[in-house]
Amino acid sequence: MYQIVATKVLAPTIKLFEIKAPMVAAKAQAGQFIILRVDEEGERIPLTIADYNRDAGTITTIFQEIGYTTKKLGALNEGDSLVDFVGPLGQASEIENFGRIVCVGGGVGVAPLYPITRALKEAGNEVISIIGARSKDLLILEDEMRSVSDTLLVATDDGSYGHKGFVTDLLKQVIEEKGDVKHVWAIGPVVMMRAVTGTTKPYEVPTIVSMNPIMVDGTGMCGACRVSVGNETKFACVDGPEFDGHLVDWDLAIRRLAIFKDEEKRAEAAASCGGGCGCQ
Amino acid sequence: MPIIKEKTPMPSQDPQERSRNFNEVALGYTEEMALKEAERCIQCKNEPCRQGCPVEVDIPAFILKMKEKDYDGAIAKIKEKSNLPAICGRVCPQESQCEKYCTLGKKNEPVGIGRLERYAADYELNKGVTPPEVPASTGKKVAVVGGGPASLTAAADLARLGHQVTLFEALHVAGGVLMYGIPQFRLPKEVVQTEIDYIRKLGVDIRTNAVIGKISTVDELLEQGYDAVFIGTGAGLPYFMDIPGENLNGVYSANEFLTRTNLMKGYKFPEYATPIKVGKKVAVVGAGNVAMDGARTALRLGAEESYIVYRRSAEEMPARTEEIHHAEEEGVQFKLLTSPTEIVATDDGWVKGMTCVKYELGEPDASGRRRPIAIEGSEFFMEVDTVVMAIGQGPNPLVPTTTPGMELNKKGTIKADEESGATTKEGVFAGGDIVTGAATVILAMGAGKKAAKAIDEYLKNKA
Repeated sequence: MYQIVATKVLAPTIKLFEIKAPMVAAKAQAGQFIILRVDEEGERIPLTIADYNRDAGTITTIFQEIGYTTKKLGALNEGDSLVDFVGPLGQASEIENFGRIVCVGGGVGVAPLYPITRALKEAGNEVISIIGARSKDLLILEDEMRSVSDTLLVATDDGSYGHKGFVTDLLKQVIEEKGDVKHVWAIGPVVMMRAVTGTTKPYEVPTIVSMNPIMVDGTGMCGACRVSVGNETKFACVDGPEFDGHLVDWDLAIRRLAIFKDEEKRAEAAASCGGGCGCQ
Repeated sequence: MPIIKEKTPMPSQDPQERSRNFNEVALGYTEEMALKEAERCIQCKNEPCRQGCPVEVDIPAFILKMKEKDYDGAIAKIKEKSNLPAICGRVCPQESQCEKYCTLGKKNEPVGIGRLERYAADYELNKGVTPPEVPASTGKKVAVVGGGPASLTAAADLARLGHQVTLFEALHVAGGVLMYGIPQFRLPKEVVQTEIDYIRKLGVDIRTNAVIGKISTVDELLEQGYDAVFIGTGAGLPYFMDIPGENLNGVYSANEFLTRTNLMKGYKFPEYATPIKVGKKVAVVGAGNVAMDGARTALRLGAEESYIVYRRSAEEMPARTEEIHHAEEEGVQFKLLTSPTEIVATDDGWVKGMTCVKYELGEPDASGRRRPIAIEGSEFFMEVDTVVMAIGQGPNPLVPTTTPGMELNKKGTIKADEESGATTKEGVFAGGDIVTGAATVILAMGAGKKAAKAIDEYLKNKA
């Protein structure tokens, strides 16, 4: 069993859990992910690693309560345990001293972006970070991101904080005004990552994105997490999760995320009336 | 006494009924049937059946015990060699192994060795498995990587030799393909778990959620004080055909389709949270055991039509005869000498069908099977809404690619001695599908067994 040692509500529906998993914490690196199961009937869900503490043997993960399982996870408290927790999975980010780089995070995607940004800063890069959310109350890890960035810019869709508009507006400004951006990292909703790659493409700035497809085992066995990159099929769990954003087939990625949309609704509906009543 | 020419038939669930449930298809012999079948064994001196068993079970001896109604004795005899008899009795391809060599089989049907093995194993499972005697410790530690049949066998044999064994499994339960791949209706998961519990009782420390290559490399295991490592990580990398449309919604690898259903119990959704979506018309591409499992599973998940699409003819189908027969009985339809060239999408990106071509057979190829040749102009459209690719699996790369100094073959399998499982890296042995490419449960078990013997020798000679 894997105990939840600390919890924190970061925003409505966004929670941070620190989970005891010493073996995973010993090896975790920025860019990797874990898979957990809440209980015996639970599905295996992948979540990115937001931080790790090798001394305490804990992994921090931040998630948004959007579907059946994340809501169930979110209902757990400090001291509760998860039945399964496996990782670190996937390839670690390739951190180098590129020079000037921009890290773009949207919504809950800021969470996995944070350890990458920190590593990039530690590697000597000049780090400009742009984080965004729909509104101010959904913005997470602002202080943390500021502490590992030379410059931090904020955008909210509704203008309740920072720039009113999208992270891509700010990204375009940075590229045009500052120039010489060597690399962009973008993690967030698929539509945001697609928009970021659309923004950087004309300037030919290499752009890394982190894919979050549907996944089951996370070790290359099931092939559910197929993404098309440069017309080649890749498995996000072992080849990724990070890929060259300019080569990703975004339409395909968006379509595949919707495969189990109806089932997700059915699971939630069944759970809301006690579960398994068959009323759906 | 005249010889009964035919095997005592195996009672099974009615095909109509069973094609809509996940309960076990073959129901197992009654005592009366088991005795009748055991009587057919003539206890011949030269024991040809034994040469066909990869784990060297003393078949005539266990059948003799059965004739004497000494079922405890029978299962004890089997367990001298096999650690997973209830599994072997169900999923071994007996027709191409032990039963193939049975003297009786020369003129009549061979003795139903697998069915008798299953009877003895189930007898013990029902009664409660006798905990094994655990020998004195040798003080040597062995790490076993992977939790499928090769690894479980190696781990059990090494534990019985007194070594301290730790088994690392990537998933949340051990069993490998026995848990995620082979369906409940062919191999109940409770049976698998009972046999794994037996291995645990032998003293094997089974650690789930442990991905070697990630939490520790093989080198790190050796540094941590393991005296030897066995790699049995299997063929866990699905192949696709590389045709257009393979990433459309509604196309699964057989591994995904079966894992969602078997391991994650998707057929009990939403009581179990992992969904599995199956349409009205399902095409399973391939004709091995995995393909049959996929096609039969599709029916049980509610498909109205389930097809096997295979580019060769019935004769070349690699699946066991019994599995093909069961699939036919349940209503699976066979589209032979047919192969898809493209999967076609609806406007919103779901499968609406496959463009297929017809094939004819030419001269035998390197595999010894007649080579399929596409017939020009034979394209046709097959309306389906779900496609399952069951065309084979490659070696899972996680361990091979993180183990420097261990040579691999061209296809990414591990180079290992056929007899001992020794790899090119000292102290590291490998066996099962990670060495041979996708094969059968019993071959993997045979490899695990040979490797355990070799590892024991290696540990004895190691200072």
